[in-house]
Amino acid sequence: MPLFDRKDKSRYASFTRRSLGLTGGMVAVFGILGGRLYQLQIKNGDQYKTQAEENRVSQRLTPPPRGRILDRFGTELANNRRNYRVLIVSEQATEGVDAALDSIGKLIVLTDAQKKRVAHDIAANKKFVPVPVAENLSWEEFARINMHLPYLPGIQPDVGETRDYPYGSDLAHILGYVAAVSPDDKKDDDDPLLGLPGFRIGKRGIEKAFDSEVRGQAGASRVEVNAYGRVIRELSRDQGVPGKDVWLTIDAELQRFTDQRMGTESAACCVLDAQTGDVLALSSTPGYDPNLFNVGISPDQWKSLITDDHKPLMNKVLSGAYPPGSTFKPAMALAAMQNGLKDLHVVCTGATTIGNHQFHCWKRGGHGGVDLKRGIAQSCDVFFYEVARRLGIDKMEAAARALGLGAATGIEIPGENSGFIPSAAWKEARFGIPWQMGETLVTGIGQGYVLTTPLQLATLAARIASGRAVTPRIVHTVGGVAQPRPLADPLPFGDEAFAVVREGMNAVVNEGGTASRWRIAEPGMDMAGKTGTAQVRVITRNERQSGVLKDTALPWNLRDHGLFIAFAPVAAPRYALACIVEHGALGHPQVQIAHDVLLFAQKRNPLALRAAYPTNAAMAAPPAPLGGRG
Amino acid sequence: MTTRPYAAARRTLSIADKMFEVNWGLVLLITIVACAGFAMLYSVAGGSLSPWATPQILKFLVGLAILVTVAMVDIRTWMSLAYPMYAGALLLLIAVVIAGHVGKGAERWITLGPLGLQPSELMKVTLVLALARFLHGQSVEDISKPRNLAIALAIIGIPAVFVVLQPNLGTTLIIAADGASLLFLAGLSWWWIAPTLTGIAVAIPMAWQFVLHDYQKRRVLTFLNPESDALGAGWNITQAKIAIGSGGVTGKGFLGGTQSRLNFLPEKQTDFIFTNFGEEFGFVGCIALLILFAVIIGYGIQIAMGARSQFARLLAMGVTLNFFFYIMINASMVMGLIPVVGIPMPLISYGGSAMFSVMFGFGLLMSVHVHRQVEIPRHPGGII
Repeated sequence: MPLFDRKDKSRYASFTRRSLGLTGGMVAVFGILGGRLYQLQIKNGDQYKTQAEENRVSQRLTPPPRGRILDRFGTELANNRRNYRVLIVSEQATEGVDAALDSIGKLIVLTDAQKKRVAHDIAANKKFVPVPVAENLSWEEFARINMHLPYLPGIQPDVGETRDYPYGSDLAHILGYVAAVSPDDKKDDDDPLLGLPGFRIGKRGIEKAFDSEVRGQAGASRVEVNAYGRVIRELSRDQGVPGKDVWLTIDAELQRFTDQRMGTESAACCVLDAQTGDVLALSSTPGYDPNLFNVGISPDQWKSLITDDHKPLMNKVLSGAYPPGSTFKPAMALAAMQNGLKDLHVVCTGATTIGNHQFHCWKRGGHGGVDLKRGIAQSCDVFFYEVARRLGIDKMEAAARALGLGAATGIEIPGENSGFIPSAAWKEARFGIPWQMGETLVTGIGQGYVLTTPLQLATLAARIASGRAVTPRIVHTVGGVAQPRPLADPLPFGDEAFAVVREGMNAVVNEGGTASRWRIAEPGMDMAGKTGTAQVRVITRNERQSGVLKDTALPWNLRDHGLFIAFAPVAAPRYALACIVEHGALGHPQVQIAHDVLLFAQKRNPLALRAAYPTNAAMAAPPAPLGGRG
Repeated sequence: MTTRPYAAARRTLSIADKMFEVNWGLVLLITIVACAGFAMLYSVAGGSLSPWATPQILKFLVGLAILVTVAMVDIRTWMSLAYPMYAGALLLLIAVVIAGHVGKGAERWITLGPLGLQPSELMKVTLVLALARFLHGQSVEDISKPRNLAIALAIIGIPAVFVVLQPNLGTTLIIAADGASLLFLAGLSWWWIAPTLTGIAVAIPMAWQFVLHDYQKRRVLTFLNPESDALGAGWNITQAKIAIGSGGVTGKGFLGGTQSRLNFLPEKQTDFIFTNFGEEFGFVGCIALLILFAVIIGYGIQIAMGARSQFARLLAMGVTLNFFFYIMINASMVMGLIPVVGIPMPLISYGGSAMFSVMFGFGLLMSVHVHRQVEIPRHPGGII
């Protein structure tokens, strides 16, 4: 049989032909591949380069350390501590967010509320934004997560900082707290830090008022990451600017004592440097733990805070407005002195009559003969009705305003109430009804339309004690720069007027007056003061005739407020105080508190201790990194 | 006609003659491409010889030994071994598929001593051998006879079925393409080809419905719209395109690639290694590599054309096409031209089986070249 035949030759020709055909096909395929390479690498190369860079390099804002808040002696009232936390990047959670959370849940405790919040945060942010899953982890928990990281796609461990308030609720109303950024916060603040997940800003108090100073400026670090978001290395870092420290005029020890002394009362107490207005203690009880807000307050905790009738979230010292009651009388006494009523003498029979209205004194039998000093000491209403009648509302208003009432004091803590001092013009404009003489009388004893904040009353006390227009302030130094101190000009009442009023207030405590049960016996530490009672209800004529109900017979929230203003020591006043115990007029707890606080203050004497405010030179050195401060 | 001397056919070459006849230029080209592979494996390991570059170099050296050894063996010996080798590979394949099904996984491997072996890789070469052997005896008219065609289709179809069961869609495609190419080259009548192409067009929707696994369907769907599953199956396509595209004209330089190395891509050392090459050497490098591949393929075609027997021609063309299909499918896949199927880039991707399979194929090609003067009768008598 032949090896080659015609058939063989024909198939050889066919093979060659068809091979060339396939070769042509292969050339075409190579052409397509080359064209695709051209398309990917040359035509769209730049676009892919950008995408690759975005993939690889992650620019991360680094939050600067928040400035500390310190008291006058440098005691840390708000500082930062390490916060071991875990973030999740939904984009990188290849097995799904739920699966990732389940995996983490096996390593640390995750509540349903936390999971819900994570879901909410993920929905609210872009997919590549890391969202906090859990914060303030213990080192063990943090280490456990790090160990399992290879099996937790999308999970990023992170060491951040968290705000810490070592004094807890004692200073909550001064410092406020920090909490997560709300959409409203972002409206007129374009700081990129606000977009940082888990970033917190000041929401109340000093934290809010000085947020921009304390916050610092964002740094940025460019890091190379792999597909799982694991940081391979840091490429560059911009430190940002750490927040400034804020030094308060507060004495943390006095503050703590005051807070604890007020206990469970719904109360407010403010201690000022009588000569400068520096706030030494500013206490509102009950308080709340500001650390709760930082960590994330639970709905139950929040509900109990806002439904509490003692209003723990309210800073009563500067937001609470109360009728000053008899604590208004020293102001009226100064106005009387200023307007030539120095030698006014009134016989109190228990009531006075204007038109067909009877105006009663708190003492049903009357005080008999009363002069200015005795009027203050015994808090005689009839005497001050007469003062008011003679002065008229305009002079009363002018005196009250000169003494710091009826307008915000301008303290650096947000949320201050301006209080209220009525005037004839105001009433006419407001109600279209002329001012009545009866209203003048009622105003004379601090009732009616008059409203004051405890801070204003403390200012009143300081102004009486010093004779000067001292203004309360609580921030001494920001970032090493001392804040301007308002000038305390002498007030237009005259030294004699102040002397008489101080004498009257001395008599209130030390000469058998209304607060004499709580005089300070320690030599050189004696206090002078003025008690007050603010009605929270209108006493009807029927009630008065049938006998006014004793406070003890009334429910708590209808009882009168107890007020007290004071200064000490009497001879050379250094400390001024105002204290209000809501619905606590009975038994004068506010006077007891004032006694204890002023005694404590004088024994400790924070004004004599050398405060540690930094000088500008001392602050030139860069702040120590986190944890490096005592 | 009387018998001619057929001197060339009977001429026996000494080992030295054969070594001289080896197309060393082709071996050099293969080595250059393999070196590019080593460099990439070094790069994706973050500039380290371990865990991939060193073993790959060793595997290549073994592959070179295989190549030369295979080249030395007479082409007629390969022809006589074609059916037994095919049968052996098929048995291994079946064993693996059955074992895999018992193990409820996509088992593709069997262990032979220190080497993991993929029978499907072996199959690609032995199929070419067996089919060339079968078609060698067929005239153009013979091939188009239904009985013969049925046998040829069985030779292709049986392993294809088992590979698709593994499941390994990529290799199935290559087996089918190899087989179809050989039938085409052997002279299959257009009267068969045209209806078959039509039939395939019709069969694709049916295969979609009944044959493809869900994950395979998903791959296709994802390929058509990668953004639909940007984090799942679409991730690979997107990331591969970014890696290649970001290489630009000249690339980021050796060891300068970041995308492929930073775990953006799974299997960066195997199926997706071309992305790293594209990223580091850019358009210029990629085209250069494609040209190298094209030249190797050109050599293969030239060798096929120069062979004197149909078996040798078909064998040479078959292994060349096999090599081509690897490149085509892998490159198209990583460039996002076709859906992702698991096919390595020959000589570049890390892995033993593919390396040995490719080098064995080149060995056969070289054997064809060395024995190009050997004539084998269409109806073998005394020779085999």
